[in-house]
Amino acid sequence: MISKLLQFLFKHIDAFLMTCLFFALLTSLFVLYSASGQSLERVYAQAINMGVALSVLWVVANISPQKLERVAFALYVLGVLLLIAVALFGSISHGARRWLNIGFTQIQPSELMRIAMPMMLAWYFASREGKPSATNFIIAGFLLAVPVALIMKQPDLGTSLLIASSGFYVLFLAGLSWKFLVGAAVSLLALMPIFWSMLHDYQRKRIEILFDPTQDPLGAGYHTIQAIIAIGSGGATGKGWLNGTQTQLDFLPERTTDFIFAVFSEEFGFLGNMLLLTLFTVIIIRGLMIASQAQSTFSRLLAGAITLNFFSYAFVNMGMVSGILPVVGVPLPLISYGGTSMVTLCLGFGILMSIHTHKNLVAN
Amino acid sequence: MGAELKNYLHEQHYFRVRLGVAVLVVFSLFALLAFRFSYLQLKQYNHYQTLAENNRISLVPIIPNRGLILDKNGVVLAHNFFAYTLEITPAKVKNLEETIADISKLVEVSSLDRKRFKKIREQSHSFESVPIRTHLNEIEAARFAVNHYRFPGVEIKSRLFRHYPLGKLGSHMVGYIGRINDKDLKNLEESGDLSNYKGSDHIGKSGLEQFYEKQLHGTTGFQQVEIDADGHAVRVLSSMPPIPGDNIILAADSKLQEIAETAFGAHRGALVAINPKTGEVLSYVSQPTFDPNLFVDGIDSENWKALNESLDKPLINRPLRGVYPPGSTFKPFVALAGLEAGKRAPPFSIQDPGFFTLPGKKHRYRDWKPSGHGTVDIQKAITISCDTFFYGLAMEMGIENLTSFVRHFGFGRKSGIDIDNKNGKSENGGLLPTPEWKQRRFKQPWYPGETVIVGIGQGYTLVTPLQLAQATAILANNGVAMKPRLVSHIEDAQSGKKQIIAPVIQDRIELNPNNVEIVKRGMIDVTLPGGTAASVGANAGYSIAAKTGTAQVIGIKQNEKYNESTINERHLDHALFIAYAPAEDPTIALAVIVENGRHGGSTAGPIARKVMDYYLLGKVPATEAAKENKIPTGNTAVTTTIPEEELHD
Repeated sequence: MISKLLQFLFKHIDAFLMTCLFFALLTSLFVLYSASGQSLERVYAQAINMGVALSVLWVVANISPQKLERVAFALYVLGVLLLIAVALFGSISHGARRWLNIGFTQIQPSELMRIAMPMMLAWYFASREGKPSATNFIIAGFLLAVPVALIMKQPDLGTSLLIASSGFYVLFLAGLSWKFLVGAAVSLLALMPIFWSMLHDYQRKRIEILFDPTQDPLGAGYHTIQAIIAIGSGGATGKGWLNGTQTQLDFLPERTTDFIFAVFSEEFGFLGNMLLLTLFTVIIIRGLMIASQAQSTFSRLLAGAITLNFFSYAFVNMGMVSGILPVVGVPLPLISYGGTSMVTLCLGFGILMSIHTHKNLVAN
Repeated sequence: MGAELKNYLHEQHYFRVRLGVAVLVVFSLFALLAFRFSYLQLKQYNHYQTLAENNRISLVPIIPNRGLILDKNGVVLAHNFFAYTLEITPAKVKNLEETIADISKLVEVSSLDRKRFKKIREQSHSFESVPIRTHLNEIEAARFAVNHYRFPGVEIKSRLFRHYPLGKLGSHMVGYIGRINDKDLKNLEESGDLSNYKGSDHIGKSGLEQFYEKQLHGTTGFQQVEIDADGHAVRVLSSMPPIPGDNIILAADSKLQEIAETAFGAHRGALVAINPKTGEVLSYVSQPTFDPNLFVDGIDSENWKALNESLDKPLINRPLRGVYPPGSTFKPFVALAGLEAGKRAPPFSIQDPGFFTLPGKKHRYRDWKPSGHGTVDIQKAITISCDTFFYGLAMEMGIENLTSFVRHFGFGRKSGIDIDNKNGKSENGGLLPTPEWKQRRFKQPWYPGETVIVGIGQGYTLVTPLQLAQATAILANNGVAMKPRLVSHIEDAQSGKKQIIAPVIQDRIELNPNNVEIVKRGMIDVTLPGGTAASVGANAGYSIAAKTGTAQVIGIKQNEKYNESTINERHLDHALFIAYAPAEDPTIALAVIVENGRHGGSTAGPIARKVMDYYLLGKVPATEAAKENKIPTGNTAVTTTIPEEELHD
């Protein structure tokens, strides 16, 4: 009876990946407790977010990839329609139109796109027979550009770039030619000075501050400077849990959400950072292994894109908090406070587990 | 099926190559992060550690208690007390007018408070807090505290206030402190004391408060506190306690000061009393005085206008800055100059016809007694203040010899007294005229007639009351000049150890004792029957050497007669009086000037007598209402009519 229940619960759960997630989520709760000024309330709220997210993970893990493949197109269309609805009727907060009121709650359709986009493209390439042609890539590029453009208009540059990259990963894994990749990279670099010359002075100034926060230490650069001080002053082994002065004395902004990595870094130091990087690397390797072993085009493209997307979020967040990338408002996956991103992430991991645990059925 | 499988394997292989590339990208970008972390956390650790410490640690100054000012018996002249103030930081307040209006509904804010606030605000930065109300009582403080949340940028603070419990008494001597202004800041910066004034709002502005600022202020302490991003203190990490300022103890006695000031009645004027043996200032009077408490937190414009525009000039520190012709009080010094130059030694005498003329000239330099004094030798000339005698002596000596001799007694130069005197800027050095000076000043030659009148202390000669008292003290001390000073001890406020300020000999004038004796005899006779201040010496119980004087405020034309009854009160002559006692072994020497007091013997003399009576005998004047022309009651019959000698000099 019990073994049946256990089998029901864990049949489609990848134990290895789950263990990694468990460590990451535990870390999140501890860091959050410190970052929120020892607010148990915040920790409970996040624990509830995690509960919801893990339930979503379990449900999705139990759905076979074939079923997912079948809803991919519908999900994408829904996502695009919602984005159009946001552009028309969305509510404005902090100068951007990102949320859509659907009666009982507000949703952020761009979050849905984080999953729907790679699913759509993976479905598109899986439905073409043989080696994808150049036409396929052009069509895929169009499918990618529509929602990205809509999100960019909100405006939400960070999210649109990350969604663009999640789509790009599918194109890359589907075999986008090296010639095109190199050509695109070169022409992008070549266009940069032209683009720069078209900007107004104030726009250039903004970009300069993005890359050099010391130019505006009390304004836009303040967040980054304080975060770098927090990280640097953490030293080799950190100041210890709950002892980060930058964190506890309110010098760090946004420290439960986008800048939570600075809190972690200040209190656990270089050693902690290495452990966290290792944990993320292990999760990524596991995800790519799942992709590598996947048995259908759709599964492998989707698994690879989801995993690399997780990497993008982790890298961009840690890069921006440590001052090597501009601040674009991206949370640290699995660690930052916030329900929506946690659910989206776990949805992705659920898909990975579904792909991994359903493959034998396909082989049979 | 085979082709499909092959195709599938091929596709999978191709996919794995792409995955391999992705893994490579993942590793290299994570390696980049790891490198970045090692740079920040290992290589640059010290740098960021310092920045984090600077972020969280702030130095908060602890203001030291300002030293007290005490009289010789320990009576407090200046002290501190804690009181609540309500302060606004303009930068943190949105609508200043509205906020002040709201505050005034809770605690009274007078129009004077508003004016002071406006004035201080103009002089300070918008992020500095400015008091809107001072001296809140407990109820007002509590009432505001309850409503504090409604007033961001308004704080209730407990501050140390300076208070002068004796008010107007001796205010020119004690001085006052005031808020530090831009000029003070500049001076502090130049002297390198600025860091010691972190947190201090006040600084000595005048009098002893200014001169002894360094000793009174003390050393500012510091507290290292941990602050959060809003600048609020979270906890104290370490602290260095402040060292309170030293107490300064005066040689003056507040009771003597009170007697001296009361003795002036409604008169304007000055009195300086010095111990000739030590240079200690026993009394320092400038009349009228003012209440220094008005200045501590910035004087309001009404009070300032009243003080500054008053005809009586209460803000002028007369002993230090008031200059007057010395009149006949100059004669003892002229006499000594003559004797030391070998002129007029007894038994030399003149026949005084009541005037003096220069050889070959018709102009008559009149004696105050038109009929003349008859046969007059040098001692009698002092006693009866014979003008004719000194006209001739001055003429014969010549202006250069005369001024270069009396300069030794401190005339024409600053005394360097320890009051309101930074860099000697405030003290007036008076004036001893010379032909070079006149050439420089007026581009005119020196006329012999000008030498003649210097002999009786008129003409260009100007002295301060302090100089006159100091000259008298030097004479009383047989030519040994002690540096004048108000403070006798400096007391360490923590240990209570008193450090005496040793007397300093400024100058030793080489004088023939016989000559000094002749002048002193002449001065003793002044207070004996027949002298110009006989009434001052009557029934004293100790012997007084003195000299009276009168200084003209307006010139009298050659054929005009000076008529008291027809002259504007403020154009009446100034009355002067110098004295020392006991004459045989002097412990007090003083100078009194009563502005428009007419006659030295009758107006200034009695004031001096009251001071000496208290200082030497501990005698308090029987009635403070003693009329200025009356002499304190004695055992013998009191002369109600003043002899003619005392109405002139």
